[in-house]
Parts: sequence; structure tokens; C-alpha cells
Amino acid sequence: MASPITLSAHNLTRFHGGRSVVTDVSLELHRGEVLGLLGHNGAGKSTTLQMLAGALTPNSGRVEVCDFDIARKPALAKACLGFLPEHPPLYKDMRVDDYLTFAAKLHRVLPAQLTEYLNLAKQRCGLTDCGKKLIGTLSKGYQQRVGIAQAIIHQPAVVILDEPTVGLDPTQIRDIRELIRELGNNSSVILSTHLLHEVENICDRALILQQGKVIFNDTTDELRRHSDIESSFIRLTAMPTEGATT
Amino acid sequence: MIRTLAKKELHTLFVSPSTWWMLALLQFIFAWFYLARMDDYLQVQAQLAQMDSAPGATISIAAPLASVLAIVLMMLIPLFTMRLIAEERRNQTWILLTTAPISATDIVLGKFLGLLAMLSIIIAACAVMVCSLALGTHADFGLIAGNILGVWLLAASYAALGLFFSSLTRQPVVAAFGALAVYFGLWMLEMSSGVVRVLSPNVHFQNLNVGLISTADIIYFALFITGFLLVSIERIRRERGGV
Repeated sequence: MASPITLSAHNLTRFHGGRSVVTDVSLELHRGEVLGLLGHNGAGKSTTLQMLAGALTPNSGRVEVCDFDIARKPALAKACLGFLPEHPPLYKDMRVDDYLTFAAKLHRVLPAQLTEYLNLAKQRCGLTDCGKKLIGTLSKGYQQRVGIAQAIIHQPAVVILDEPTVGLDPTQIRDIRELIRELGNNSSVILSTHLLHEVENICDRALILQQGKVIFNDTTDELRRHSDIESSFIRLTAMPTEGATT
Repeated sequence: MIRTLAKKELHTLFVSPSTWWMLALLQFIFAWFYLARMDDYLQVQAQLAQMDSAPGATISIAAPLASVLAIVLMMLIPLFTMRLIAEERRNQTWILLTTAPISATDIVLGKFLGLLAMLSIIIAACAVMVCSLALGTHADFGLIAGNILGVWLLAASYAALGLFFSSLTRQPVVAAFGALAVYFGLWMLEMSSGVVRVLSPNVHFQNLNVGLISTADIIYFALFITGFLLVSIERIRRERGGV
């Protein structure tokens, strides 16, 4: 692919209490690409994403974002990143506008661009009418949207979303999928999910983790080649039905 | 960046009604104590007038008030510092800061200065009240300034120490009790004899309390504050994995 690499991870390994949770995971992400991270519960998806986002330090291996090593040049690397963790990091007693402005400032958005970026992020996540509301009073779906808005407000080159569609209703899921597609035009997106159709619909490539190891890393077309995506996933992970919700 | 974080801390404090209640309650307690001391002073004033170098109104009223303020802040500051880091960890909002392009120094100083601004408001409100002594008598502003400076430095030291405890754990209650236990320990040191006595911030506060502003005390507080801020920064830097 001709487009430049925005995120690359080399041989990431992470231990938790002597047991390796993620072993030797390498991946590359190009500009304008949407990568889906699949796997059973406990396969190491969230751990991998946290390492990519710089929230967790790998025991070995390294991560580069926009050619900056995240361990050596964290400020430069993290400025190119937007991250939505598994639990959206929301201050429940702040108003949506205040919170998003704070998130933007943390990511070094210039004061002159603040309003523009804020409005764009709110519009993209369908939060235009919620600016004055307290985050704590919003429903789970709206809180999830605020979490996503927080991750994209500074218009980063790489957006990392850990299960972005959890807790959303079908319409919202459709909206968020459209948003991810749209983000994929200019930035790179990496998202983890349990929903195989989500991967089928919006991801260019899929990466399947099994017990912390990469067992599949190719285009979604490849995953679909022999049979439908669901049976491919089940065949690959070789653990029938469990965790493979559709 | 430090300003953004400090402003956010202050903002979070002031959107919550409990902060306003607490400020009002504190002011009420201080005012009560102030009036009680004033009352005592007025009762013995006739006798004092016959003495040669009798204690003035400022040392009899302002200095004890500063001591009370110091004790109240000692109890209060752990409740603020536990929120700064430990509670953010528990609420899982901490990750927003650790994945942002900001340094551990930004985080620690931002949070410290945000809290210090809040504590300064409490101290300033008290100072204004004490300055009202000038309405009725010749107030010793030097002594008042020494006391305010002392309380402020003591509060900043407690805040730095509390922040460090907050950086150690993800349990706010543990952070608060840990800090409070150490404050009490340091307070106890004051009553001991010998060299260890100088380690207690309260001893250095005593000097300022009686109006003795010495460089040694100021340096002690500066070292205490800087020391605990540095170990907090180091602690967070390690947690984030170097650099």
C-alpha cells in the first residue's frame, strides 16, 4: 500500500503477574485504514490497545506513532493519538462542553481552533444539543459518544477505540459506524469489537488475537474468502460459539 | 498545560455544592473562634493595661486563630488530596491524563497548584477577617503576615505530602488516612526532644506563629514541598514507564 504508515508496533509483549497476556504482537496501520481487532474475552485486546495508546508500558517491544517512538518521545507521539478506553474516562460532574474543551487543551489544540474543533467533534458524534448537560446525567449511549468525541476532538492521525459501540442502540451503532468510516478517510482507526459484522462492514483489515498471540492478520476479504466471516472466525479461534457473538 | 490542569481542578471543586458548604462552615468556625478570643481578650484587657510589656491584641487573637486554622487544614487537606490522583484512578479517568501528550511534571504541578489555589482562598478569607482587628485597635500587620505566611507554607507542605500519598494508591481512603497518619506523626515529633524535632513542619510553623520569619524555616518548607512534589512526579513517571 502506498499510503504512509501512521502506527506500527513491534513485538509487543506484556506480562501480568508472571503470565504473559500479550505475546509478540506486531502490527502496522496505514493512513486511511480501519483495522479491526478481534478475539475472545481475555484474548488481550484491551491490553494491546492500551499499549498502543501509551497507557501501559510493554515489557518488551516498541510502538511508533507517526514515526515517533512512544516511549522516547511520548509528547509528540501522544499528540497524534486519540484513545477511547474500555471505560470512557469521563468526569461525571463536568458539562459536555467543558469536558471536551479540557480534553482538547490536554491534546494541545490551539486556543484559536478550540471552538471550531469542539463544534466539529460534537456534530460528528451527535452531541450538538448536549453541550450544557452534565455528563453524569447522560445515558450510557450518550456517555459513550462523549468518550468518542474526546478521542477525536484534536483530529489525531490515529484513533484507537476500545469497543466503541458497546451500550449503544441500533441507530446509534449505525451512526458510529458511519463516523468511523468517515474518520477512516483522513486518519487511521483501530478498534476492538466482539461484533463480527462490524468488522465486515467497516474494517479494511482484521487482526485476530488468541491468548495474546496474533493468529490472523490480513484483509477482511481474505477472512471472507472461504466462507462467511463468522465461521472463519470460529474456525480460526477453534473455540466454538463462545465469545463469538454476532 | 499546568494552568489548564490547575483550572480544571479548581473548576471541579467549585461546581460541587459541598465545597461551598464547607467553605461557609469553615468561615463560621473561624469567625466563632475569632470572636471568642476577642471576648477573652477584652475581659482581661483591664489587667493587661497595668502590665509593662503586655501582649497585644494581635498576638492574643490572630496567633491562636492561625494555630486553629493550621489544625483544621491538617484534617481537611487529605480529603482534597485523595481526590487528586487516587480517585481519578478508581474512576478510571486517570487514563485520560496518562494518554495525553503531557508530562508527569505537568500533571503533578497542575494538580498541586489547583489545590493550593483553593487552600489560598480559605486562608485569605481568614486573613481578611483577622485584618478587621485594625478597625478597633492598632493591629500588628507584621505578625499577621507572618502567621498567614506560616499557615500557607504549612498548607502547601501538607498538600505536597498528601499528593504523594495519592500518587501511591488507587484507593482514595487509603491515600487520605496514610497522609493523615503522617501529619499526626510529624505533629508528634514536635513534642519530642532532640534532633528529630526539626523534621516536624509544625516546629517551623511555631516560629512564624510568634512572628519570627527566618530564612531557615522558609528553606525548610521549600525543601519539604519540592521534595514531595519531586517524588510524586517520579512515581507517576515510573508508572507511565520512564521518560
